[in-house]
Amino acid sequence: MTSVANPAIAPGATEADLDQTTPAGSFSLARGLVAWREEMDAAVAAFFSSCVHCGLCASACPFYVETGDPQYTPIHKLEPLRLLWEQEYTLWGRLKVKAGLDQRRVTDAMLAQWEPLLYDSCSMCGRCSLVCPVGNDIQYMIRKAREGMVASGHAPEGLVAASVRAVTTGSPMGLQWKTLEVQIKHVETATGLTVPIDQPAADYLVLLSSMEIINFPEYLEAITKIFDHAGVSWTLSTQCFEATNAGIQIGSKDIAAQLVQRVVDAAEALAVKNVISPECGHAYTAIRWEGPNVIQRAYPFKVWHIIEVLDQLRAQGRLQTEGKEDDRLSLHDPCNLARKSGVIQQQRRLMDLIAGNFVDLKEHGEFQWCCGAGGGVSSNERAEPLKLAAFKRKKAQIEEVEPERMVTMCATCRTQLEEGLEEFNMDIPVVGLTELIADHLVEKG
Amino acid sequence: MTSMDFLLFTKGPLFQLALTIFALGLSVRLAEVLLLGRRHNYAEARGGQWLPGLKTVWRRFYPDPGTFQRAPFDVLVGTLWHVGFVIVLLLFIPHVELIKATFDIAWPALPNPVVDAVTAVTMAALVAALIHRLRHPVKRFLSTREDYLIWTVTFLPVVTGYLAYHRLINPYPLALGLHILTVNLFLMVLPFTKLTHIFTAFIARWYNGAIFGRKGVQS
Repeated sequence: MTSVANPAIAPGATEADLDQTTPAGSFSLARGLVAWREEMDAAVAAFFSSCVHCGLCASACPFYVETGDPQYTPIHKLEPLRLLWEQEYTLWGRLKVKAGLDQRRVTDAMLAQWEPLLYDSCSMCGRCSLVCPVGNDIQYMIRKAREGMVASGHAPEGLVAASVRAVTTGSPMGLQWKTLEVQIKHVETATGLTVPIDQPAADYLVLLSSMEIINFPEYLEAITKIFDHAGVSWTLSTQCFEATNAGIQIGSKDIAAQLVQRVVDAAEALAVKNVISPECGHAYTAIRWEGPNVIQRAYPFKVWHIIEVLDQLRAQGRLQTEGKEDDRLSLHDPCNLARKSGVIQQQRRLMDLIAGNFVDLKEHGEFQWCCGAGGGVSSNERAEPLKLAAFKRKKAQIEEVEPERMVTMCATCRTQLEEGLEEFNMDIPVVGLTELIADHLVEKG
Repeated sequence: MTSMDFLLFTKGPLFQLALTIFALGLSVRLAEVLLLGRRHNYAEARGGQWLPGLKTVWRRFYPDPGTFQRAPFDVLVGTLWHVGFVIVLLLFIPHVELIKATFDIAWPALPNPVVDAVTAVTMAALVAALIHRLRHPVKRFLSTREDYLIWTVTFLPVVTGYLAYHRLINPYPLALGLHILTVNLFLMVLPFTKLTHIFTAFIARWYNGAIFGRKGVQS
């Protein structure tokens, strides 16, 4: 395992480089099938036993709804995994294979054919999992299916490169602490406040996402102001500032574990009580729900999304705001935050503080529609046309309620909304909720 | 073989065989599912699993409004024939009598004309569901031979029951024998096909509700 920082290999990183970052052997079909067997559990078996091909999951999927192409039906994306289950985990299936009555096999050619279905046309938004009449959690199985895709060498180039950069440099975009340091200096100059770094025993360790640091530096400024206002003890860590987890997106527990371990090490080194995931959906899912499982132990600290922390401060009366936005605002719930993590009311209570004219999208909260960019779709250049197609569902939702601005709390969603709205010539700016809160803080006397 | 011999064979030895295959086959299938278990989850839970799991088992009978709007035909026709099938199976007087004779438990049945009407609606809805499967781009794309097989073995007991009740096949023992034959077929096919969803869908729904429930979402 080479985890030596070697940014030189980052730009043209290949699967061979990715292979270097994971323990044991090289990518192969056999390794992919082993990974799938490890993922097989009672829930998966119950799900595959129950699908009657009703196709309702298609009506829940933005990639199908906006393209009308039946191959994007969510359950179809799992056909190779289902075939392995049928042939190895059912008595009847095993007998059919033994008797030569079933000649189908999971092959490299099959996986190559399914690669775009499992990656380009799925943002793992989980909407299909809420709609399936027999109760199949399809998203849960897509996540598992990707484990085998990585191990068999069938992951998209863009995600492979991001994963290699994440492992070798600490950031999926190859961003270094010195870039963040420049941002910190800017924030300190603009606010006159100090950004705490490597403060032992702080209450909160704040993580950031590279995309935020590059595209939305206002986030760091916003939390610096809010935490100063609310008297929160917090810190950044020079040891680890990156919250995102390319391993979760590509679907590799090995890579995910290495990235999660860095956060855990940094949090333990500073002995913090809490870790805050930034305005990023998958980073939160990665560190909150998958992290302890990929490293196989519970954390000695709690994990929060920044929106949860802000809502707690609000409830404790530590967020004093003044004035309200008077334009018509609506909210995009990131899938990872709302449907997949149960953070739904928190952002609405915060909107109440600062929005005078708020309108919810018709389907929101657990039934919201994905922006189209999650689950690694945005790191996968090949998926660009599908990403834009899927966005049309969000666009239709936005058009229904005609907001003047959209508010969200995930940098990937935000970028996708901005790019998508621009593509369709819709003049609707997108803002982060944390910044919006920071704009309305009562000035200290 | 007279029609009476045929009837006695279908409701006697063949029914016993069908029940045995059904019971053994289904037990194996359920064991195959449940024995796989799930890994220990180290992430701190936001909510429980049992109650949200049970709630999801119930809630999936009622689709969310958006899904109903996008697929009203699926929801209406699908619900119609599933409910019709269960009513006819459990509330037709001779069926109640059979259950009473076999398991010594009984409940009130529905009047024959009501069950007759429900059967007609169920058949119509099943035919509509088949046509939809053949025409809808997603359903047609997904459908395998097994999907058409299970449609057939589901439709046959309903249609033969209807024909027997209306004396449209004669002599009567032949009509009843054919009905019981198709029921035997249904029972024998069930454990080896996705007809298992009759049982596993409740397990699937529970897992779905439990997985989401643990994260604080009622799915």
